[in-house]
Amino acid sequence: MSANLSAILYLVSGVLFILALRGLSSPETSRQGNLFGIIGMIIAVTVTFLSVGNFTSGFIYVLIFLTIGGSIGAFIAYRIPMTAMPELVAGFHSLVGLAAVFVAISAFINPDAFNLGTPGNIKLASLIEMAIGAAVGAITFSGSIIAFLKLQGIMSGAPITFKGQHALNALILVSIIVLTIYLCLSQSANLFWILIAVSFLIGFLIIIPIGGADMPVVISMLNSYSGWAAAGIGFTLENIALIITGALVGSSGAILSYIMCKGMNRSFFNVILGGFGATEQSAGEKNKEQRPVKSGNADDAAFLMKNASSVIIVPGYGMAVAQAQHALREMVDTLKKNDIKVSYAIHPVAGRMPGHMNVLLAEANVPYDEVFELEEINNDFANADVAFVIGANDVTNPVAKTDPQSPIYGMPVLDVEKCKSVLFVKRSLSPGYAGIDNDLFYKENTLMLFADAKKMTEDIIKNL
Amino acid sequence: MEIDPFIFRLSIFILSIFIGYYVVWSVTPSLHTPLMSVTNAISSVIIVGAIIAALSGNDGVVFSSSSIYGFLAIILAAVNIFGGFLVTQRMLAMYKKKKKDK
Repeated sequence: MSANLSAILYLVSGVLFILALRGLSSPETSRQGNLFGIIGMIIAVTVTFLSVGNFTSGFIYVLIFLTIGGSIGAFIAYRIPMTAMPELVAGFHSLVGLAAVFVAISAFINPDAFNLGTPGNIKLASLIEMAIGAAVGAITFSGSIIAFLKLQGIMSGAPITFKGQHALNALILVSIIVLTIYLCLSQSANLFWILIAVSFLIGFLIIIPIGGADMPVVISMLNSYSGWAAAGIGFTLENIALIITGALVGSSGAILSYIMCKGMNRSFFNVILGGFGATEQSAGEKNKEQRPVKSGNADDAAFLMKNASSVIIVPGYGMAVAQAQHALREMVDTLKKNDIKVSYAIHPVAGRMPGHMNVLLAEANVPYDEVFELEEINNDFANADVAFVIGANDVTNPVAKTDPQSPIYGMPVLDVEKCKSVLFVKRSLSPGYAGIDNDLFYKENTLMLFADAKKMTEDIIKNL
Repeated sequence: MEIDPFIFRLSIFILSIFIGYYVVWSVTPSLHTPLMSVTNAISSVIIVGAIIAALSGNDGVVFSSSSIYGFLAIILAAVNIFGGFLVTQRMLAMYKKKKKDK
């Protein structure tokens, strides 16, 4: 196949990938978009086979390895529970990163196969691109592994900080640049290996100081990195599909990180430098005072909701932990049978990754047109009769609007307190992740329901 | 003077960043998780490089020091491609509209 024809076909697959992302602008077009993505991938792989034109025994092995990897991937995709999506995505990012490192290594050892020169005499531009691809790939790999371990709970979600951490990280980053320069001058294989090793190390060090609840930002950021790594390799291979895709994924991840940071009213650097969870805990200890709380049971909750004309559900990650989403949907079905208007309000950082809560609700058969984002629904709280907060905490805290001293001041929150009455399902009065007391607990119109989210929801259904 | 082909690739790269920027902002927030899994799947188009690397061995030698990395990368990328697209499909299949009458 001629180089020009294959370049055009790679362009076609790049365009199909753009359409795949474009499809996600609404659920109706999204499935078609995914199909475009799959077609784009098939084109890219087929064109590569044809342009290499090597259909000897090696080709058979490629198909075998492809099948092995594909089966593992398909198996995981069908078995993974939706609550574990963040871990899955983190795990997948690490694979992209490592694949980028492997491709870069292979290109370094055998540059002839990629038309990049001969070993020890690789074209300068290619060598730089290769080094960038390998370094970013390695950072993506080790960073994603740490994110995966933290999300999976194998590693503590608490930020790990030590003295001189930022200085060390800065030193390593500088050394990566210096190594790249020396690599270009000397073409030394040893320097290439050291560069990769140091990049693995920095990926690890960047993620360990970031707290578990900041994982939405971290996953988005690593998503972005995996794109830049792919783009770096794309430049090395002079492959248009890879360059386009890398740029798309890179900017996508960057936008998601931005949205997540805005959802928490924190700057990107603040998250990356880490240590949030550790410093704020002490603030929570101080203002722990005893204030009167109204608490109720499932019967009271059912009575309130039965007599309401509109109810807004505010789900949080706690709901997913308690696996209460199916019970919740059943409760809503019962309410709807009684002609009560029900909608769901989702905060941008509800869940452990962007859009996580929406997927969990969709899995429980909640129609997506009953689920609203913060800006869409925030004005409706004032007109609603009951807000049912389940598994959420900090994202409802009115302190973010009223107290400039509060660590979460300025964070966009759901105006739950404007509802006529608030039902708050929670196991205890303990503060949420930000470590601060929620004023909402003590409001006149709040009724606390102290119980496990799933059990309480089931009890309410019985009483409705 | 001729323009270096690198400049063309750089232009494609920069323009694609802008396309990505505008396309991703138009993605509805409720589909951000599928967005991440599908970007994961498409970034595994890096398999293209892995295939070239794997088939770079000389005649008769399938597994050389460089092609072995290609084969490893093929497995990793394949896990991602199949896993990424299928899990996205699984998620998107769950997004349903309200049924009007029951």
